[in-house]
Amino acid sequence: MKKTKLQLVYLTLMMLGLKSVEASDYTLNLMKGVTKTSNDIYDLHMLTLWVCVFIGVAVFGTMFYSIYHHRKSKGHKAEQFHENTTVEIIWTIIPTIILIAMAIPATKLMIEMDDVSESEMSIKVTGWQWKWEYEYLDNGVHFFSSLDEKSNQARKLGSDIDPRTVDHYLLNVDKPLVIPTNTKIRFLFTAADVLHSWWVPDLGWKTDTIPGFINEAWTLVEKAGTYRGQCAELCGKDHGFMPIVVIAMDKPDYELWVKEQKALAQAQLAAADREWTHEELMTKGKSIYTSSCASCHMDDGSGMTGTFPAIAGSSMVTGDIGNEINIVMNGQGMMPAFGSMLSAADFAAVITYTRNSFGNAVGDLVQPSKIKSLQAELVSANDDDDDDD
Amino acid sequence: MSAVASEHEHTDDHHDHGPAKGWMRWIVTTNHKDIGSMYLIFALIMFFVGGTMALIIRAELFEPGMQFVEPQFFNSMTTMHALVMVFGAVMPAFVGFANWMIPMMIGAPDMALPRMNNMSFWMLVAGILMLASTLFMEGGAPASGWTLYPPLVLQTGDALPFAVFSVHLLGISSIMGAINIIATILNMRAPKMSLMQMPLFVWTWLITGFLLIAIMPVFAGAVTMLLTDRFFETSFFDAAGGGDPVLYQHIFWFFGHPEVYVMILPTFGIASTIIPVFARKPLFGYSSMVYATASIAFLSFIVWAHHMFTVGMPISGELFFMYATMIIAVPTGVKIFNWTATMWKGAMTFEAPMLFSIAFVVLFTLGGFTGLMMSIAPVDFQYHDTYFIVAHFHYTLVPASVFILMAGGYFWIPKWTGKMYDERLARLHFWLSAISVNILFFPQHFLGLAGMPRRIPDYATQFSDWNMVSSIGAFIFGFSQLMFVYIVIKTIKGKDCADATDEVWEDAAKHGLEWTLPSPVPYHTFATPPEKIPTEHF
Ligand code: HEM
Ligand SMILES: [Cu+2]
Ligand SMILES: [Cu+2]
Repeated sequence: MKKTKLQLVYLTLMMLGLKSVEASDYTLNLMKGVTKTSNDIYDLHMLTLWVCVFIGVAVFGTMFYSIYHHRKSKGHKAEQFHENTTVEIIWTIIPTIILIAMAIPATKLMIEMDDVSESEMSIKVTGWQWKWEYEYLDNGVHFFSSLDEKSNQARKLGSDIDPRTVDHYLLNVDKPLVIPTNTKIRFLFTAADVLHSWWVPDLGWKTDTIPGFINEAWTLVEKAGTYRGQCAELCGKDHGFMPIVVIAMDKPDYELWVKEQKALAQAQLAAADREWTHEELMTKGKSIYTSSCASCHMDDGSGMTGTFPAIAGSSMVTGDIGNEINIVMNGQGMMPAFGSMLSAADFAAVITYTRNSFGNAVGDLVQPSKIKSLQAELVSANDDDDDDD
Repeated sequence: MSAVASEHEHTDDHHDHGPAKGWMRWIVTTNHKDIGSMYLIFALIMFFVGGTMALIIRAELFEPGMQFVEPQFFNSMTTMHALVMVFGAVMPAFVGFANWMIPMMIGAPDMALPRMNNMSFWMLVAGILMLASTLFMEGGAPASGWTLYPPLVLQTGDALPFAVFSVHLLGISSIMGAINIIATILNMRAPKMSLMQMPLFVWTWLITGFLLIAIMPVFAGAVTMLLTDRFFETSFFDAAGGGDPVLYQHIFWFFGHPEVYVMILPTFGIASTIIPVFARKPLFGYSSMVYATASIAFLSFIVWAHHMFTVGMPISGELFFMYATMIIAVPTGVKIFNWTATMWKGAMTFEAPMLFSIAFVVLFTLGGFTGLMMSIAPVDFQYHDTYFIVAHFHYTLVPASVFILMAGGYFWIPKWTGKMYDERLARLHFWLSAISVNILFFPQHFLGLAGMPRRIPDYATQFSDWNMVSSIGAFIFGFSQLMFVYIVIKTIKGKDCADATDEVWEDAAKHGLEWTLPSPVPYHTFATPPEKIPTEHF
């Protein structure tokens, strides 16, 4: 019964010139996704869609029959009926029943989606203008994830790079989120500056990230794979350029990845302790500037009048180095605090770079070790704050 | 009657006060027909201003990659496009129709508060000009979406206070307009006309008037809180100071959801006025139409958080707002069924007003369907903030509200000018619009479902094809609307246009008082209330 109905609708759709819904899933219809939730959502979506199609066929069918037959040019004489309480009651009751029938599975699914209990691990996601911060609460892995460099170059106005030549244009990041398969993962969402919304269609949902508040959601991915998404809440000029990439790995691979991340963090700490040359800092600084600063202060350090001050020729940048470190460390107004975002080496590099580029030629540098001790102070200051609460 | 007209000598030979001479007529007029015309012309101009912004958006989205504008300006365009269309085009256009038609439909000589009427129009102009001026300010026009969500909106440059004050002006203008309309309907009706004999356009505006009075102060309050958060150290919406950014969304949508009904209820009213005339039948289910309108208006106050399913509401909130939203489909369905039943067994003809009205019923129903789909909260976790939403509300606004505005224009312009518009061109205008509007918006359903978020200036390459189709549709649609301007101007000039009869449309006088007046309609009408009320419509 159900099947023939489906086929009927399917045929109607084809006649309407729509391509087969099944065959071209990706471009026409909602994707089924890779979780039970996303599949349930898909089913509910299809259910309401068919309900709408049926009602539509009935209503539009009647209307077009009438338009065709009940026209003056065909000599049809207008009848003068204009009221019928019985039909009014019928077409109030029937839709109500249909709605109740739709509300039942919807309620069930909503309750299921809301239930984060029994999750096996937690990841905290923080939205920033315009990147994502991921913190694995169980094992301490922590990193930022932003648009990959190829897309970032291609998406500039007048870049002359054809987006079609860029691998996963605008849907690729420098460092993807990695999660284990067959594990119920609880996500905690918050934001550092403005609202964002974390959305991976294959997981079936998006959740808003709100500064000062924490939202929860969960997922359980069975199949290993790479799943892509985007920020879904307008968050300023680069809202379209903060994608999300989730790589689901089988447990053993995931454990390996965690190990690697820890080793990497160790190496970074070690890097901060050695002496860096001016040249080394400048090279590293350039890449950090491009990924972390250029979206506001522009590639050439010229800024944007009215909102983002220029780096080139700035008296702040060419003045006392302590002041510049302070602002970059703690943020100011719309400028985020980079103190906890960049490693000591990256931080030192970008400071050094800004003081000696775009026509700025202060000639000095700051060593990562210095930054490391400043960052340590920052952390203990924050801890003190927490103690006060 | 009007203070202005009486200062002038009677130069015309029939005994009637004509309009004041010269351009001052338009500044000081208190005549409902003059003010109606000004509202309509202003709305039409704003329709093209907002439309130009839409074409900038669609041009940028024609292909992946950034070709024409910077992302920040793109965001300003989406924001200003929406604000101009909502507050500058659609709402004023309906107020224009209300001004022109309500007194003529209820047998009143003018609006109840003619001087305030003039003031609300000029305040609208001031508000929109102030809003437009932000385009030239340091930091650019607001770029946080028409919803103006904090904290993002607080990053607006110099424009923020101007945007806020322009909302205040527009709000005051709307409230004054609404008070005037309500007062006119309740106090100035021909004594013989009971409430349940009023044409549906009058009914829907009566209800819309109450909606406006209830919601505009709420919006004004919300933006004022933005202002104090930015300049006076309050923290209504700042968690660091004990506030809550989501509070703004609740307040905004408490305004915003009824606001979308402000744009659709008068649409329903005009459609219910036009369809019976061309079906040559009374409106089916007059009283159920009135009750359905009232229920929709009531429900519109308790569904606001369906715009916020993903902000992290407690499950009870999710479910409540899901159920409440689903219920709206019932009275909406009743309306659609009634229109269909009105056409059923009629003797239909298909002049431009009827064509636009039929397209409205069909395409608005599509928008209603997607609305119903989005009301299912768990599924909205996918749909929300994607192009699927963009497709939904454009179906309810463009081929619904805007089409009915066009229908109303063609329907009444012969009465206003005494000339028939060019039917052949008007039908061409209809077909171009009806086809291109679907090329424009239908593919956006696919884009949204495939995963394209809204409010982005650039997109992943798998979205290219449908975006290109949509942009092509947009340009055809946009340029087709120039035909409307041409047809209207041609009709006003009146050369090569047939004279309209008093009734204009066959047997129209059975349907409404306005058709019992001469064409073109004199400057002052119904100095004495009509004795006989047409009863065809109930
Ligand atoms: C059957 C009736 C309707 C239902 C059930 C419905 C439902 C909804 C829902 C659930 C949303 C939020 C979707 C989301 O953002 O995730 C929405 C958005 C919207 N609807 Fe409707 N709707 C209906 C009719 C209308 C009408 C008549 C209008 C206007 C004339 C309208 C205009 C809008 C607008 C403008 C938005 C988007 C606002 C924004 O986010 O900027 N809707 N609708
Ligand atoms: Cu965003
Ligand atoms: Cu709504």
